Amino acid sequence: MGNGTSIGRVRGLGAAKAGTHHWLLQRFTAVGNLLLVLWLVVSILLLPNLSFATVSQWISNPLPATAMALLIISSFWHARLGMQVMVEDYIDGANRLAVIIALNLIAFAGAAFGLFCVIRLALAGA
Amino acid sequence: MAQAGTGNRPLSPHLQIWKWGPHMLVSILHRVTGNGLAIAGLAALLWWLGALASGPEAYAVLSGHASAWYGRVVLVGISWAFFSHMASGLRHFVLDIGAGYELGANRLWSILSPILGIVLTAAFWALLLLR
Repeated sequence: MGNGTSIGRVRGLGAAKAGTHHWLLQRFTAVGNLLLVLWLVVSILLLPNLSFATVSQWISNPLPATAMALLIISSFWHARLGMQVMVEDYIDGANRLAVIIALNLIAFAGAAFGLFCVIRLALAGA
Repeated sequence: MAQAGTGNRPLSPHLQIWKWGPHMLVSILHRVTGNGLAIAGLAALLWWLGALASGPEAYAVLSGHASAWYGRVVLVGISWAFFSHMASGLRHFVLDIGAGYELGANRLWSILSPILGIVLTAAFWALLLLR
């Protein structure tokens, strides 16, 4: 195994050109998910019940609405990064590109839908 | 040049070649539960938020499915996937800082991570159903 070209050694990016950024973002969003999903778990356990009235009233408050919005961003981001790794391991060539494009569209669409629902609940409530 | 002969490279031995150990199990479980959560967990989250934003009728439809036996199976599965992924993810944080690679410690936490996931899932449903 060689040491690459001179300019390649200067850039220090390795053969994949990226990876550290992806790896770090996976960890940063993992910390966000750890805090936010545990918040959701505790919140579900602390609510008196999970009826429409109870949950919609709860989610319309500023702090739960903000935490839920952050949870959507962090979890969809983390899921998108994680699924990319699976796609890269099991799918080759042009199919890989097509699946990653689809993954991006679905991740952004899902997060946008979730954020819209939270905003609607927060602005319609109380 | 990068594309030349990429199909002709030697492959590393795959899963069925190795004698199974807890480290392999916890690694595969982390991927399975993570991708399961990405698909089923986020879909359930969006259904819940969408039903809340749509109104009581949509929420009643969701509640009907969620309290049926198959809905309970899916929700228990999602909660198990989360707690297992969280436990093995915390193990990854320790490994990321360069700790926990000694054979005994690595094996111990490979065994404890999935057990912790099951214990937390059971505790969550016990608290939820017994409140």
